[in-house]
Amino acid sequence: MRPVFINVGERTNVTGSAKFKKLIIAGDYPAALSVARQQVEAGAQVIDVNMDEGLLDGPAAMRTFLNLIAAEPDIARVPIMIDSSKWEVIEAGLKCVQGKPIVNSISMKEGEDAFRHHAIQCLRYGAAVVVMAFDEVGQADTAARKIEICTRAYNILVNEVGFPPEDIIFDPNIFAIATGIEEHDNYAVDFIEATRVIKATLPHARVSGGVSNVSFSFRGNEPVRRAIHSVFLYHAINAGLDMGIVNAGDLPVYDDIDAELREAVEDVILNRPQRTNVSNTERLVDMAPRYKGEKGAVKEVDLRWRDAPVAKRIEHALVHGITDYIVADTEKARQASERPLHVIEGPLMDGMNVVGDLFGSGRMFLPQVVKSARVMKQAVAHLEPFMEAEKAGQERQAAGKILMATVKGDVHDIGKNIVGVVLQCNNYEVVDLGVMVPADRILDAAIEHKVDIVGLSGLITPSLDEMTFVAAEMERRGFDIPLLIGGATTSRTHTAVKIEPNYRKGSTTYVIDASRAVGVVSGLLSPTDKAKNEAATRNEYIRIREQYARGQEVKARATLDQARDNRWRPEEAQRPAPAPSFLGVRAYDAWDLQDLADHIDWTPFFASWELIGRYPLILEDEIVGEAAQDLFRDAQGMLKRIVEEKWFTAKGVVGFWPANARDDDVVVWTDENRTTEAARFHGLRQQIKKSNGKPNLCLSDFVAEDGADYLGAFAVTAGHGELEKAAEFKAAGDDYSAIMATALADRLAEAFAERLHKEVRTQLWGYAADEQTSVQDLIEEKYQGIRPAPGYPAQPDHTEKATLFRLLDAGNNAGMTLTESFAMTPPASVSGLYFGHPGSHYFGVGKIDRDQIEAYAARKGWDPATAERWLAPILNYDPAPIARDDAA
Amino acid sequence: MSSPLTRAERIAALHAAAKERILVLDGSWGVMIQRRDLTEEDFRGERFRQHNHPQKGNNDLLILTRPDIIADLHDVYYAAGADISETNTFSSTTIAQADYGLEDAVYDLNFEGARIAREVADRWTAKEPHKPRFVAGAIGPTNRTLSLSPDVNDPGYRAVTYDEVYEAYKQQARALHHGGVDIFLIETVFDTLNCKAAIKAIKDLEDEGLEPLPLWISGTITDRSGRTLSGQTAEAFWNSIRHAKPFAVGFNCALGAELMRPHIAELSRVADTLVSAYPNAGLPNAMGQYDEQPHETAHFLEEWAQSGLVNIVGGCCGTTPDHIRHVADEVADVPPRAVPERPVALRLAGLEPFELAS
Repeated sequence: MRPVFINVGERTNVTGSAKFKKLIIAGDYPAALSVARQQVEAGAQVIDVNMDEGLLDGPAAMRTFLNLIAAEPDIARVPIMIDSSKWEVIEAGLKCVQGKPIVNSISMKEGEDAFRHHAIQCLRYGAAVVVMAFDEVGQADTAARKIEICTRAYNILVNEVGFPPEDIIFDPNIFAIATGIEEHDNYAVDFIEATRVIKATLPHARVSGGVSNVSFSFRGNEPVRRAIHSVFLYHAINAGLDMGIVNAGDLPVYDDIDAELREAVEDVILNRPQRTNVSNTERLVDMAPRYKGEKGAVKEVDLRWRDAPVAKRIEHALVHGITDYIVADTEKARQASERPLHVIEGPLMDGMNVVGDLFGSGRMFLPQVVKSARVMKQAVAHLEPFMEAEKAGQERQAAGKILMATVKGDVHDIGKNIVGVVLQCNNYEVVDLGVMVPADRILDAAIEHKVDIVGLSGLITPSLDEMTFVAAEMERRGFDIPLLIGGATTSRTHTAVKIEPNYRKGSTTYVIDASRAVGVVSGLLSPTDKAKNEAATRNEYIRIREQYARGQEVKARATLDQARDNRWRPEEAQRPAPAPSFLGVRAYDAWDLQDLADHIDWTPFFASWELIGRYPLILEDEIVGEAAQDLFRDAQGMLKRIVEEKWFTAKGVVGFWPANARDDDVVVWTDENRTTEAARFHGLRQQIKKSNGKPNLCLSDFVAEDGADYLGAFAVTAGHGELEKAAEFKAAGDDYSAIMATALADRLAEAFAERLHKEVRTQLWGYAADEQTSVQDLIEEKYQGIRPAPGYPAQPDHTEKATLFRLLDAGNNAGMTLTESFAMTPPASVSGLYFGHPGSHYFGVGKIDRDQIEAYAARKGWDPATAERWLAPILNYDPAPIARDDAA
Repeated sequence: MSSPLTRAERIAALHAAAKERILVLDGSWGVMIQRRDLTEEDFRGERFRQHNHPQKGNNDLLILTRPDIIADLHDVYYAAGADISETNTFSSTTIAQADYGLEDAVYDLNFEGARIAREVADRWTAKEPHKPRFVAGAIGPTNRTLSLSPDVNDPGYRAVTYDEVYEAYKQQARALHHGGVDIFLIETVFDTLNCKAAIKAIKDLEDEGLEPLPLWISGTITDRSGRTLSGQTAEAFWNSIRHAKPFAVGFNCALGAELMRPHIAELSRVADTLVSAYPNAGLPNAMGQYDEQPHETAHFLEEWAQSGLVNIVGGCCGTTPDHIRHVADEVADVPPRAVPERPVALRLAGLEPFELAS
């Protein structure tokens, strides 16, 4: 939908915002940028930038700020209004903006020639213009003068200069009313009237105004000012006002303003005859103090749904995730039912079916569904004692029973929990075995609970192998029920190539995300369609295997020797980072959670709830925006409690050591003598054939072979306390909050890693002491140095974490340990190495060949088969099948 | 040899031809020059024998040192069916030539580049008066950007100023105009602010008394994100340059036809002027070479023409006279896209478009 009234952000205006002025004068541009960002996030469709302040070099300040905005896509997505009364400042701004801006403003105050000249320049620079109703005589105050000046300006622009009329915006001057001076009483009427005539007689031209002027005489009384703005806008927009410089998010809705206040304001704005023996202005002035303390109108909660019959109320509560009344409503329904079970099978399931339909058709989103489940659980919890009491009560008939587990060695369970909740919402019974579950326990439980389907989840790459093993075990033990595979590192290809061939008696299906889970499960349990669905999947996987096999044949790689010859070498001018401020390790017992909260990168948070889009744009997204906003509000609420009530403890450890590269490895020395090895980090080198002089990278390339160079390492967690908290919520039937707590702990851990890295760059290592980075810059990794983690693309070998943890003594220093698959516990943890070289950058190793596997295995003290197992996802060849007799 | 038509007559003929048929632009020059395996000596010629910078790879310089090759390339492309050939002046600005230490040669490069193309075009027009040939003065993006900082640690920094870019473009456009081009073609625009500086420079030339020439602007969508390098969407790009009242607008380079299509379709929807497209011959393979065959490129462009998306087609990196011949044959009988009339509205842009409809 196109907007009808354009709200121009006013906060990046030194004449309008004392805070912004202070920041600009102090040269604090990063903070000034965040003001701009907040405006865009708050819905400003255009942002006004004004640097007209005596203490400032106007053109330089305009240039600096606009150049910085150009580097911030979140801000630069909207058009700029270049606002100045000085042409030189406007021109400086026009030279910085790639989009089409609005110039605010030009006028005839210096005569027609200057006006013409400025208009031609704006046209050639490519800008729309705001034309002030201002001529050689002065600013127009009456409607007649406003109309006369604007008409004259319009004719010059359109007929003489050739300016497109649709690019002309008139500002017919909004002046303060209710000043006590009688001549001012008609100013609002003059503006509104002029607006009406301009819109009617000057085709395509627009009208704009600086709205806050109108209420100037009430400064200090924000509630009354906001009411004045709201009423003024109501009438001006009706007369044709197109845009205004105003903080529109702040305004009360016209209809919501207290009727008495609104009438008084309206009398003043419209300059109506006075109603009593005091003037309109005096009446409003007298009334104003009564409203002073009032915060903006309290948002009324609409409770009309409470008037519906109880079944409808339950449905409403489920769809909207409202728990406030659910126990009372459930009780009411129970009293009206013959048996408590009928409440579940009746109104509750009916409501959940509505939720399921809305979710299935894309009108509800995952966080909302999880909230629905919370309501459902509370209702069922209320009914359970009654069902217990009613001993004759038969078991509720579920649609099917699904076992869910995160496999051995892996601790990640957000995705698994979400799938569990979604399935429960659809009347499936879920047996959740939790995390780090070995194969035999999964299969024993499957038999014990007589489940219909086994679902496996995992996030780290070694889990892929474990899933393959579980599949083989199912075959060996004679299972034939369907197996589901999901989780971040899993894929359709891996499932088809590695897992499915191991389990022939039953079917294996990859589930890409939680929204597919219900469809897949119902398809696999349907007595009529089961065989057809399983055959379709099987055929698809055969095709994928063939495709995969073909893909394998053509990828020629460089030999390891060739790749090493083509290693990355720093440019002459790039020196290694200097010595860190200390050597050895330093531990942090409890990093300030508020500081971490401020550094959260929210985009992945939304992704963990299957809401895909960049924060903050996602909040405005046409489709998922509303769901994202609700989720975000809940997240902020919980985050506040996490910080204030110290739910979690953020522990971390960081260390630095003298280090030198040895081929593809980095040797860490005990001290500056560089004779005794403290540890050795093994590296993997890209073997893809490169062109255009691009190097075959390995992390060791970023460390000098000789002389003074250093390596850093870190391990941080925000997870102490998280598992307990999540379990607490779960026990209370609140899966939504449990998942939220886990997701936030993950985000805090990531923020901790980002925050600590900044500390490292500016202080601890200190090679970038004067770095100026905003939170956004951190998220976009705009800084020197990298912090790659074992298990990620630059070094895909998870086992390297063992060396890292030993070197940092992460157990004692941060309470962090590794599972047998090298997943970190607590789960909300991040670790990695620090490379400080100015040329260091992230990359992916990509596929590697047998020669490197052999060389790597030799360096690690492994046999090649072990290396092939740990590096299975990046092999450029098909190794011999892995024997798993050790686990039989 | 004197021109068969005056410039005013040629411009009128250009507008008339664009109404009648889909016009064809020439193809890549880089690949054709590479094929000649020229040496450092070829590039230097007599004039720059003593110059202290290596010149190999400075393709524009061949205008002065191997004019025979340049004239020959115009000739083969016109012979392949191109209506319009570009001067070999993509990098002939003081900014781009600074890498070769040839800032002082910029006037000559543009003037001579235009003159050579003019001569060849006029020869063809004399020979085939029913199909007049036109010369587009190629104005490249330079190798500096006004909207992006080359230093990630200093996002407010710019390696060049607006005034420097503006001056460089003004010199180039002036010399191209003096040399006799029919059209200014601002192409491979990856930063719209550079393009806007060129537009301003060209419009300001009118103040020097130079007759206005048709302006053609061709942006570059750099990847599948559908954005220019400086981050704009197709519609935001159009909103940002529409004030130039261009004769044509389009996209070229970076993508092959297959990936470029949605962006051309979008531009075709929003632009109330002629739309052009000259994609690369597919995406480069691992060796940096283009594999798309002439009939394949022509097949894509023919479909665009049939779908009413384009008024001018041609080729960018990797295309050859053979590609252009196939393209010209395929679109010869397809009617050109009808220029849409859009409702009048205030249209602005940041990285994304903004519209306030009436």
